[in-house]
Amino acid sequence: MRVVLEARPRPSHVAIWTAPLVATLATLCVGFVVFEAFGKNPLAAFDAFFVAPIANLYGIAELLLKASPLMLIATGLAIGYRANVWNIGAEGQLTLGAITGGTLALVFGDAWPAAALLPAMFIAGAVGGMLWAAIPAFLRTRFNANEILTSLMLVYVATLFLSWLVHGPLRDPQGYNFPQSKLFGDNAMLPILLPQTRLNASFALALAIVGVAWLFVRRHIVGFEMRVAGLSAGAATYAGISWRRTIWLGMLAGGACAGLAGVGEAAGPIGQLLPSMSPGYGFAAIIVAFVGRLHPLGIALASLLMSLLYLGGESAQVNLALPSAVTGLFQGTLLFFLLAADVLVNYRPRMVASAS
Amino acid sequence: METFAQIVVLTLAAGTPLVLAALGELVVEKSGVLNLGVEGMMLVGAIASFIVAAKTNAPWLGVAVGALAGALLSQIFAVIVLSLRANQVATGLALSLFGIGLSAFIGRPFMSVVIEGIKPLAIPGLSTLPVAGKLVFSHNPLVYLSIGLFLVVQWFLYKTRSGLVLRAVGESPQSANAVGYPVIAIRYAAVLFGGACAGLAGAFLAVAYTPSWVEGMTAGRGWIALALVVFASWKPWRVMVGAYLFGSVTLAQFQAQAAGVAVPSQLLAMLPYVATIVVLAIISRDATMIRLNAPASLGKPYHPE
Amino acid sequence: MADSSSPAPRLSLRGITKRYPGVLANDGIDLDVAPGEIHAVLGENGAGKSTLMKIIYGIVRPDAGVIRWEGEVVHVANAAHARKLGIGMVFQHFSLFETLSVADNIRLALDRGNTRRLAKRIREMSARYGLALEPRRRVHTMSVGERQRVEIVRCLLSQPQLLIMDEPTSVLTPQAVSHLFGTLRRLASEGVSILYISHKLDEIRALCTHATVLRAGRVSGECDPRGESTASLARMMIGGDLPHPVHRAAHPGTPALRVESLDVRADDPFGTTLRAISFDVREGEIFGIAGVSGNGQRELLAALSGERTLARDDAVRLGGTPVGAADAKRRRALGLAFIPEDRLGRGAVPEMTLADNALLTTRNAATLARGWIRARGVRAFTEQTIHAYDVKASGPLAPARSLSGGNLQKFIVGREIGQHPKVLIAAQPTWGVDVGATAQIRQALIDLRDRRVAVLVVSEELDELFEICDRLAVLFHGRLSPAKPIRETSAEEVGLLMAGATPAHAAPRVLVDQQ
Repeated sequence: MRVVLEARPRPSHVAIWTAPLVATLATLCVGFVVFEAFGKNPLAAFDAFFVAPIANLYGIAELLLKASPLMLIATGLAIGYRANVWNIGAEGQLTLGAITGGTLALVFGDAWPAAALLPAMFIAGAVGGMLWAAIPAFLRTRFNANEILTSLMLVYVATLFLSWLVHGPLRDPQGYNFPQSKLFGDNAMLPILLPQTRLNASFALALAIVGVAWLFVRRHIVGFEMRVAGLSAGAATYAGISWRRTIWLGMLAGGACAGLAGVGEAAGPIGQLLPSMSPGYGFAAIIVAFVGRLHPLGIALASLLMSLLYLGGESAQVNLALPSAVTGLFQGTLLFFLLAADVLVNYRPRMVASAS
Repeated sequence: METFAQIVVLTLAAGTPLVLAALGELVVEKSGVLNLGVEGMMLVGAIASFIVAAKTNAPWLGVAVGALAGALLSQIFAVIVLSLRANQVATGLALSLFGIGLSAFIGRPFMSVVIEGIKPLAIPGLSTLPVAGKLVFSHNPLVYLSIGLFLVVQWFLYKTRSGLVLRAVGESPQSANAVGYPVIAIRYAAVLFGGACAGLAGAFLAVAYTPSWVEGMTAGRGWIALALVVFASWKPWRVMVGAYLFGSVTLAQFQAQAAGVAVPSQLLAMLPYVATIVVLAIISRDATMIRLNAPASLGKPYHPE
Repeated sequence: MADSSSPAPRLSLRGITKRYPGVLANDGIDLDVAPGEIHAVLGENGAGKSTLMKIIYGIVRPDAGVIRWEGEVVHVANAAHARKLGIGMVFQHFSLFETLSVADNIRLALDRGNTRRLAKRIREMSARYGLALEPRRRVHTMSVGERQRVEIVRCLLSQPQLLIMDEPTSVLTPQAVSHLFGTLRRLASEGVSILYISHKLDEIRALCTHATVLRAGRVSGECDPRGESTASLARMMIGGDLPHPVHRAAHPGTPALRVESLDVRADDPFGTTLRAISFDVREGEIFGIAGVSGNGQRELLAALSGERTLARDDAVRLGGTPVGAADAKRRRALGLAFIPEDRLGRGAVPEMTLADNALLTTRNAATLARGWIRARGVRAFTEQTIHAYDVKASGPLAPARSLSGGNLQKFIVGREIGQHPKVLIAAQPTWGVDVGATAQIRQALIDLRDRRVAVLVVSEELDELFEICDRLAVLFHGRLSPAKPIRETSAEEVGLLMAGATPAHAAPRVLVDQQ
């Protein structure tokens, strides 16, 4: 007897929505094993990791706070992924958005009122992210250079660029020589949505972007054409869909969203420019996009899950003395299990008699 | 002349992790599979080899375990992509992210551990010869290994029947299946080899090049190795050329910093990454050459029947 | 069934059954093949012939049934095992490696021990059967006819006792077909059994001594085709008479599509460069372009449809307007519609629903409002098309890949005709399509012509072109022959042009080597 994969005539809708759940459960099982291996009581570990962080209002606000950039970036990336445009450089685009938006805040923070400054910062951030994403788009459309590798290389470049800025031109003269910029003024900081928490307006922005993107993909002809381009390059050419436009749109959507998220971090929980503006949101968002099935509802839920993994990692470090890198481990594991569980969407396992 | 020889030695050493990782990935891609998880496998190889070397004081054992770790990790990718028919790009990215996370997680306690490592050769009499001594006899043993690997890969791909079969599988898995070859099994083997090479590359970094463990110590070399395979038009000798070119760029950056050049260190550090981008753009431009040299089925899903 | 006076069957199948999701490809099939027999397996597209051959060759495992080879029960584990038994197969879609040489391609198909002095043996074998080959050439430089020779020589070098030929003549000129038949007859006289898969009735009657007819996965008849007529074979194949489209006289008007001195450089190293192509298609006529695949059809169709834009704007004109530099969307807006040769992956996105696929080319006030999709309009159009063209599908939300080849093709034809075009281009409109749908599609093209639309049909099937076209030209090595009215030419003359000769000179025998 052996197991054979038989193609389904139609993709299974049940599998599409249960695969992420199966993957989450499997990841939790792996967590069980990891906690045991480190000599921690699994139930206590689960509590510390998944329950304690969101046990109060402040915790829930933190959950939503971390989910905002994830949701935002994943939405932009999903537009590209659906079109087979692989923007892997969101982390770098986030950094550039933080730089452009943050520089605006530092330069005009005293002169402009918040009502003008904050929108300008967001626009600058989106533009910064788009510029950084435009480089791989240009290289792909003009030189056929693989956008995965170019966008990824630019992450390293962006990080080094930011490092140079906060060590040099943007360094706070009153900062005791630490690599950091001046703190942003009050009118360059995002308004808080929930008093006594850090949850700020970027959450509302993220929700709005998710809604707009969904409408665009589902109801607009260009969104449709992006989907066609991702499913079948031949059919896209046949329908007269410009592959260049597809690549530009796919990359810029991700770049703009990542740039916005960068401003959200700079003008939100961080409040200045530091050598690291994100604990890897740009990469985590890739996982959120996949686990969320490139669908707005799925992305929203997946970003909550991913946010919980971040909070859990921090909590585990404090309460369980586990390295905070456990977050990265769980994130990678989750994606693996999702990709594995995905097979059930298009294939059905069947037992057949071996040939004798 | 002495300085020249010194530069050659340093360049070869700097390029060796790229040689190892890129040659492995070249074989994988020749079979039609795109494994973007090289960075993750390298890091896991690095930490595994470091831990074993630190605990057993046997650095060569560490190297072997590093290669093994890379190979094992590659099989996770292989199962998901080859047997479960998942998207190769997404799974490769998952492998990298997983490897980065895993290596950071288990490497935490080893951050400031010091080990002896594998030192460059110092053969009495030979290594001290002027010029030739330095040029030929004073490389790190793993550098010689990497050159040996190049010879083996070159011979295997172009002079053996198995290598011909592998290339045929990468060209057209449907035809290879119709003629009767076990496409999936061959690809599993190729991915395993690529994983072992990536693990070996990571082990070289952690146990020989800079004996230490630092989170993310590969600094993107896995991704550069992927770009190198494209730059090399999937030809092993060009991988060597490219790897050593990159080695020299990395070296130039260090030398410039040491010499106190007036450019900020961060901007100098950008050099290898910018160079990768430029090289990719130049090479990819020639679509015809890519079409003729890239394995035709690269990255495409294969469904038997 | 073999009677006592004829030799014992070399190959004997009993009760072979194979099921795929949603379809029973083979249902209890019995088959006997004697030594030296040329045995046709006849059936229309989708009847199960290819599946049966793959089972015999070991690539596919049957769900039930027994295979006997030389009297002994065997389980053919894989292709290598089949070759060891003495079974060889020449595939319809060649299983060759383009960037490798002829010798390497053949080496891969032979057992390890069998590859000594391969180049010499290749030359000997190809000379013996008149299949000229140069072992060091790379396959991607070879024409389709030459590639088939590689496939055949590859089989012959393992000394098969049974040779399976799967639809071998779909890529050959008429002269090459008779040359192939000569080779096969020679092999049969040496005792080799041949299983000849085809749906071309005339060829089977000319070549084969035995025929097993498959319909919907079952054996629907056996006979000696030499004693049957095309009509009686057709009846066994489809259970009725071959439908013929109704043809009214053509009254062509002004040219709606003009192509003038079209030069297109192949941007693919494996492609064909087009040179100085000129022709026009008038309103109310069907213009056919014949030619063996690989002579520039892909490039020509891409240049006409707008999938590839041209340097010279006036190289292609639609109703007088130069469109050479215009893209596909613009040409569609000017009244062009196109049925591509690949249904899945070009004419339709396999994973998308029929409604979504309708939106690929249907852009009008009913389906779009300033860029926003009008779902109701799209759905209505899809339902109309399904209904009008008798497309068997579960509804507008059926995924394209769940339809059979014939039904999907009918949908695509219906969608394109539903654009009310002034010019319709159809590439291989009935390739891989069952007989019923074929007739419907050809009739739809003729009806369209009668509505004063200019129709261009590019096809490799001469029968099809002679059945529906009013004028015909031939594409060879990127050049187009002068167009002739269909009544003033013949299959033989067109066949010569397809092989690159002009009918005025050269005897047919020389031409075969020029392929």
